[in-house]
Amino acid sequence: MNIMTGASPWERLIRPDRVHGSLYTDPEIFEAELKNIWYRTWVYVGHESEVPNANDYVVKSIGPQSVIMTRDEQGKVNLLLNRCSHRGNQVCSYERGNARSFTCPFHSWTFANDGRLVGYAFPDGYEGQDKSQLALGRVTRVESYRGFVFGSFAADGPTLKEHLGGAAETIDRLVRTSPEGEVEITAGFLKHRVKANWKFILENECDGYHPAFVHTSIFGVADSMIGKLYGGASTALTRDYGNGHTEIDLRPEFRKRDAPMSWFGTSEDRLPDYTARMKAAHGDTTAREIMIDGTPHVMIFPNLFIAEIQMFVIQPLGVDDSVQHVTALQFKGAPDLNRRLRQQTMGSVGPAGFLLADDSEMYERCHRGVLARNPEWIFLGRGEKRERQDELGFTVGHVTDEVPSRGIWTHYRKLMEPD
Amino acid sequence: MLSRESSATLMSAITAFLYREARLQDEHQYEAWEKLWTDDGVYWVPANGADIDPERQMSIIYDNRSRIALRVRQLMTGKHFTQTPQSNLRRLISNVELMDEQPDDGDIAVASNSLIFESSLRDDTLWAARNEYRLRHVDGELRMASKKVILVNNDKAIYTLSFLV
Repeated sequence: MNIMTGASPWERLIRPDRVHGSLYTDPEIFEAELKNIWYRTWVYVGHESEVPNANDYVVKSIGPQSVIMTRDEQGKVNLLLNRCSHRGNQVCSYERGNARSFTCPFHSWTFANDGRLVGYAFPDGYEGQDKSQLALGRVTRVESYRGFVFGSFAADGPTLKEHLGGAAETIDRLVRTSPEGEVEITAGFLKHRVKANWKFILENECDGYHPAFVHTSIFGVADSMIGKLYGGASTALTRDYGNGHTEIDLRPEFRKRDAPMSWFGTSEDRLPDYTARMKAAHGDTTAREIMIDGTPHVMIFPNLFIAEIQMFVIQPLGVDDSVQHVTALQFKGAPDLNRRLRQQTMGSVGPAGFLLADDSEMYERCHRGVLARNPEWIFLGRGEKRERQDELGFTVGHVTDEVPSRGIWTHYRKLMEPD
Repeated sequence: MLSRESSATLMSAITAFLYREARLQDEHQYEAWEKLWTDDGVYWVPANGADIDPERQMSIIYDNRSRIALRVRQLMTGKHFTQTPQSNLRRLISNVELMDEQPDDGDIAVASNSLIFESSLRDDTLWAARNEYRLRHVDGELRMASKKVILVNNDKAIYTLSFLV
């Protein structure tokens, strides 16, 4: 705290319409973010459908920490830390599998897939030791919302539902795209590494100003209708849900088109099986509405980005080292739609994707750019004078306005400032 | 016809083809590279192993012939910023082996290893891969009916791969 000015360092670095470049490049700030954001707030870890059966496991992460998501014999989902309670060796070296227990290769300590220590080699050396004190570490709180599993290292704090707030409705909207009301994460992940701070990725996800320029090469050659959604005449919106969650709401444009499945660049005729199942599940009127509105484009702070057809998970490894894990969204009961979702996802995202190869180039150039000392600030004032409240009280702006970045930084400051 | 060619002659033609492909890729001669494909060509760079089912699981690249053309057209715009400026590239092709001269479909199965040095705005990056081809004679010229590039580290997080691998 700077007593002379009464301003916290965060207040000096984060202004209403600008943020300081050092927020992206200072290693000490990165360490503070791990403590105050990644190891405190709710962070998306994995999806229940990735561990469908008893004893399934998949290795995930929270920031640089390796987390094993298991489904134990009782069917409960656990988030265990991949660190032997003896000397710290990683107990799991495979990305996924089915195992009742994990045996550490160092001294053969064995842990059940709910984290309990069930045995160690040559136990006579541990006479009187209470095994229950030597379980695997675990993520303190685990909650899931419609199959999306989140973890928080804080013993107290908002519930997941409170954290998601208004953005929970976007996940409700997402799962309705399945005739059975469920998302499945079954197509495997591409892992795309960038030499850039994680917040360049976070802010880009709902930046509707860049597509017309960054993605001009692919929009031009692919006859894409996406470009128009992000043009000056677009009626699409940016939205700040609070708690750092932000959205690009494309529904106004899709509703103008008034054509089911146009959001995905296709039509009902080409997906007859899916269309029939949606109508059977929801009734003709509601099915039509869902198939016109499409899936959301929402960034759940700090790391879950649902981008209409795919899901990204942002992982920070260092101040200038980040990974985007990305996979096609799959909807239960929609095999014909799912096949197209996988094809489109493979074309557009990941290290060789038509879109993401250029986005990643921008993250990296921004990171190198802000190492320059002047003008010190990132200017985020676009649309500040024309933002307004929607009917639910959330701040909205034009699709190209920087409402999302301002929302993210407002929440960031709250998390980083001492209580 | 293939059966009348001696193995050495065929091997020499195949090696020359692979070196030519490598040079066209290194020198960003996108249209000339595209002409090396058959009309049904498939360009596949799997993720998370060598033997995933590309119809079910995510691949880094899984292009049919029209998507290969789209990839080339995007590179040709000059506004594909990840390749503007272009990466400087040189690759070594080695361990060229004829895996099956006369498979049932008449294509020639060939494999090689490659080591690629990329210098881009981000940094210098080394890429290593096993390449598996099905080559076919079309109008007396060798063409690629499929190319599968198995990056050694395709199970890990990798940097942007926007040149022709």
